[in-house]
Amino acid sequence: MKNLLELLDRTAARLPDAPAFCDEETSITWSGLKQKAAALGTALARQGARGRSVALYLDHNVACILGMMGTLAAGGFYTVLDIAQPAERVRRITDQLHPAVLLTDAAHLEAARALGVGDCLLTVEDAAATPMDENLLQEIRTAMVDTDLAYVLFTSGSTGLPKGVAITHRNVLAYSEWAVETFGFGPHTVLGNQTPFYFSMSVTDIYGALRSGACVQILPRRFFSFPVQLLDYLTQRRVNTIYWVPSALGIVANWKALDYTTPPPLRTILFAGEVMPTAKLNYWRFHYPQALFANLYGPTETTDICAYYVVDRDFADDEPLPIGRACANCGLLVLKEGRLAEAGEEGELCARGSFLAAGYYGLPEKTAERFCQNPLQSAYPEIIYRTGDLVRYNDRGELIYCGRMDHQIKHMGYRIEPGEIETAAFGQDKLDNCACLYDQQRDRLVLFYQGKRDLTDALRERLAQRLPPYMRPAVYHRLKLMPQNQNGKIDRIALGAMLADLP
Amino acid sequence: MYTMEQILKILGEVKPGLAPAPDEELVKTGQLDSVDIMALVMALSEEFDLEVTPLDLKEENFHTAQAILDLVNRLAEE
Repeated sequence: MKNLLELLDRTAARLPDAPAFCDEETSITWSGLKQKAAALGTALARQGARGRSVALYLDHNVACILGMMGTLAAGGFYTVLDIAQPAERVRRITDQLHPAVLLTDAAHLEAARALGVGDCLLTVEDAAATPMDENLLQEIRTAMVDTDLAYVLFTSGSTGLPKGVAITHRNVLAYSEWAVETFGFGPHTVLGNQTPFYFSMSVTDIYGALRSGACVQILPRRFFSFPVQLLDYLTQRRVNTIYWVPSALGIVANWKALDYTTPPPLRTILFAGEVMPTAKLNYWRFHYPQALFANLYGPTETTDICAYYVVDRDFADDEPLPIGRACANCGLLVLKEGRLAEAGEEGELCARGSFLAAGYYGLPEKTAERFCQNPLQSAYPEIIYRTGDLVRYNDRGELIYCGRMDHQIKHMGYRIEPGEIETAAFGQDKLDNCACLYDQQRDRLVLFYQGKRDLTDALRERLAQRLPPYMRPAVYHRLKLMPQNQNGKIDRIALGAMLADLP
Repeated sequence: MYTMEQILKILGEVKPGLAPAPDEELVKTGQLDSVDIMALVMALSEEFDLEVTPLDLKEENFHTAQAILDLVNRLAEE
């Protein structure tokens, strides 16, 4: 297989009338998706999308999925834009892509026009009404190779300029094969999609379904404010598999929402994107003793995931979860000064294999910095991706995440990982959320927390019992609400901005 | 009984610039996103000394300023 559309063809032939993607209002079957993708592909190819970027200015819904598949049929690569962002931020992405087409829908046409991006502007409604040109699409498909780009996904660079991670058809084919086999996705699977389509985790939902014939229920974002309603919606839509960011699982745990309604029929509960607080996981496991829980790890540069840990034992509320071991067809190396780290020694996690992105779009220097020759291989060129994450192996041979290399704090002469402090704090009763930051100006650790009541004294006492003096926060700051970014994760940039205002 | 004025004041504090008509849709239109609603729940609990339970945390109780006022008055009575 060399093209992601082959997954769509195969599933549409096998399950033509089965629901493929559903949002709150609409749904589409596999054959319907194939047909509309061909119509959209024809319209996009005629507008010069072949081999070029198509920017999708669409909601988190079925229309956006159509835009993705249409782009692939046209031989182009898509980028999903975040329509909630101000125009100026959206342009920082499109300025790097120079899209051939800006694809939107009737509801967003005016905003899209005002954006003034792309060589041409199309709506999904108009494009889907185009009669498909089979010869054109076939000709495009024949000329494509598996290293052609499928999409470019932007991550917020630490310097502020978003970096576009260029992902090929091969990357997604290899990755989705692993995901489907490992978690047993099939036509019986109903995935409850939480993550936005401009975030790498959504790739598992979308292409996991495309490969396996699973159905994706795109969950309305607003239900993540109403946890009991969210659970009832999962039940109503027969969702049995979820892959969410820990903060989204945390909302349900914080409100103890599973105690207030019939728990939905979940069998597989996966999470990634940030550290999962074990206390929140334990709440879910109590309600789903039979379900499969897995902690997934990976940067966008490895398509979505490169390591995983299926939860196979009990953990105390303040014990960290491992990130486990490498996915099939993805090699992991723990490197320290150009050699493999010793057992138990921390090193930088590096990945090799067919999950590795082609690089950063339009940024050859940044690409060369992170995607470089494997120092352990001198016989032929072999690229590894340096994640910038520190890890070590525990006694069981499982990888333990030890934090970002560039977030490492040097405090009182010790190297400190804020995640360890957060993990220790999370055992505290009534604690909803927390994040530890280092205030460089005043050389002190600050623990931001969200709790139903003032927990400062309790946390101070707890951490004094569990952490050495140099790891104890100097300041505890209670927030009504932990700030979140668009992906639903803790917004550490916003927290950083608050440091200067603390007493 | 609390008044619409009190609710609008809190809404304006949670989301500066938000001054909706009593029956204006706030949730489906995205005027209140999930982060705003959590902040609103905290603010209501504190201001009116109420306990919003998971069962009260429903879209129908938050989708307009009027619905929020009705919820607050109901919880205050309980």
